[in-house]
Amino acid sequence: MSDVTASEVVKNGLWTNNPALVQLLGLCPLLAVTGSVVNALGLGIATLAVLVGSNTIVSLIRNHVSDAVRLPAFVIIIAAFVTCAELLMKAFTYDLYQILGIFIPLIVTNCAILGRAEAFASKNKVGLAALDGFMMGLGFLAVLVALGAIRELLGSGTLFADMHLLFGATASSWVLQPFGENYSFLIAVLPPGAFLVTGFLIAIKNAIDAANKRRADAQRDAPVKGAKRIRTTGHIS
Amino acid sequence: MAFKQITSPHAHAAQNTTKVMQLLLWATVPGLAALTIQFGWGSLINIVLAVVTSVICEAAIIKLRKRPVAFYLRDYSAAVTAVLLGLALPPLAPWWVVVVGSMFSIVIAKQLYGGLGYNPFNPAMVGYVVLLISFPIQMTTWITPLALLPEGVSHPGIVESLGIVFAGYSPADGVTGATPLDSFKHSSGLVVDQIYQNDPLFSQAAFAGVGWEWVNLGFLAGGIVLLATRIFTWHGPVAMLAAIALMSIIFWDGGSSESPGSPLMHLFSGASMMGAFFILTDPVSSAVSNRGRLVYGALIGVLVYIIRAWGNYPDAVAFAVLLANFAAPFIDNYTLPRTYGHTDRRRATEKEEDA
Repeated sequence: MSDVTASEVVKNGLWTNNPALVQLLGLCPLLAVTGSVVNALGLGIATLAVLVGSNTIVSLIRNHVSDAVRLPAFVIIIAAFVTCAELLMKAFTYDLYQILGIFIPLIVTNCAILGRAEAFASKNKVGLAALDGFMMGLGFLAVLVALGAIRELLGSGTLFADMHLLFGATASSWVLQPFGENYSFLIAVLPPGAFLVTGFLIAIKNAIDAANKRRADAQRDAPVKGAKRIRTTGHIS
Repeated sequence: MAFKQITSPHAHAAQNTTKVMQLLLWATVPGLAALTIQFGWGSLINIVLAVVTSVICEAAIIKLRKRPVAFYLRDYSAAVTAVLLGLALPPLAPWWVVVVGSMFSIVIAKQLYGGLGYNPFNPAMVGYVVLLISFPIQMTTWITPLALLPEGVSHPGIVESLGIVFAGYSPADGVTGATPLDSFKHSSGLVVDQIYQNDPLFSQAAFAGVGWEWVNLGFLAGGIVLLATRIFTWHGPVAMLAAIALMSIIFWDGGSSESPGSPLMHLFSGASMMGAFFILTDPVSSAVSNRGRLVYGALIGVLVYIIRAWGNYPDAVAFAVLLANFAAPFIDNYTLPRTYGHTDRRRATEKEEDA
C-alpha cells in the first residue's frame, strides 16, 4: 500500500499528473469530441462519473480478486458504469447523447480509467481511491472543457453554443459570438485543430512548470541574510 | 542561415543558403509575370503581404527562441516560403487569408519544428492546406484569365485590387471564374470533346487551358534555369512530371465522359510545374539521394493524379507533397547510395556489423 496523502492526490489529478496533459491518456475522446464546450462538458462529466464509480468499486474488491483475473474484473466494472452513464444520458440528455454517439460507449476503452484502476485504486483505500477518481476526472474534464472552449471560439466563433442540450431551455441564450456571425476557421474544429490546440496546452503547462521550477531554484539558492561564507569554492547545500 | 555547401576542389565558388534562396526567388519571376499578366495584380499583392507577414513572424519567433535575428533573416528562407505561398494562393484573396497562411507556415510548420533544416513538411504547402481546409470558399475563387474576360470588363487596377483585398469590396461580375481543373471536374456528364468545344477555357486555349498554360510555362522556364544552375538535380521534377504524364496516358480512355483529362492538360494546369520545380525540390523536406528523389517525385506525381481524378479537390499538389513529405524518411531508408569503395548498398537502419 502506497502512502499518499489526500492533498497529493488532489494535486496529482488536477496538475502534476493530469491524465490529458501529462499522461496523455484518453486522447481519442479528447480529440474527437472537443469541437464545442457542450460536447466536452457532456463527455467530461460522463467520464468523471465513471472514473469515481470504477475507482471506488475496484478499491473495495482489491483484496478479494486474484491478480490473475484482475484486469477482466476491472473492465467489467468499468463497462457496467459506462452502461449506466450511457443509459442516463439517453434518458436525460438525449440530443447530446446522439451527438456524442459512439464516444460514450468508448469511455470503456479510455485508458485513463483502466490506468487509474490498475495504478491507484487497486492499491489504496476506498476513500482515497474515490478522491483520486474524482480529481483525475476533474483534471480530464478541465482539459476537455478548455480544449472545447478554445476550439469552439477559434473554429466557429462561438462560445457556449447549444448549452440547452445539457442544461435545459434557459441555457440556449448563453451563447456568445465575439467575432460576429460570419466568422469561421474550420481547421480548429476539424481533427488537426484538436492536435494543435492540445499541443499548445501541453506547451503552456510545461512553460508554467518550468517557470515555477526556476523560481523555486532561485529561492533555494539565494544566500541567507547575514550568513557568512568562509570558503567560496564549491556549492553550499 | 549561411550553411556553406561543401564543394569539390574543382568547383570555383561555394554556394551558400542565401545565394540559393535568392536565385530561387529570381527564378519565380517568369511564373509571377505570367500570373500577373493573366490574372491581374492579385498575385503581387499576395506576395508582398505574405513576405511582410512571414518576415515579421520569423523575426518574432527567432527573438522568442533567443537566437540572433539578423543572422537567420539574412538567409531569405522566410521570403522564399512566403513567395511560394503567395504564388499558390488565388489572386485577390482577402488579406486575412494570406496573413493566416503565412503565419501558419512560418510559426507552426517551420519554427515550431526548429527552423530551417528541421521542418519535416514544406512550410508553404502546410500553410496552403490549412487555408484550403479552413476557408474553402475564398480558396477556390479564382480570377478569370485575361482572354476570357467579358466585353468591357478588365481586371481590377492596382487601387481597386487593394480595395478588394483589404476592404472586402467584391470584384465586378465576370472577374472571377473556374479554373480548367475545376471546370473539368464539374462537367462529368460530357465527353472530353464536348468540354473542349463548349468551355471557352479550353476552346480558346493554345494547348491546355487559357491563362494556366502560360503560368505553367513560366514556372517551367524558371525551373529550367534553376536546373541549369544546378540548384537541384533533375530527378525529382522529372519523376513527378513523368508520373503525371504516365498516369494520365493510362487513364485517358480516349476521351469519354469518365476521362479525367489529357496528359497535356494535367501537365500544364493548376500547380503542376510550380510543384515540380519549386515545391518538391525543397531540400529539407524531400528525399535526399538521387534515387530517393526519383521515388519521391514519382510518388507525388501519382498522388497528384489520383486526387485530381478521383478525389474531392480539383488540384492536389499541396496534399501530395505533404503526404510524400511523410514518406521521405522511409524512402531515404531504402535508397541509401552505395558508399564509394563498398560493393553493396546499405539501409539507413542497418547496424554497422550487419553491413
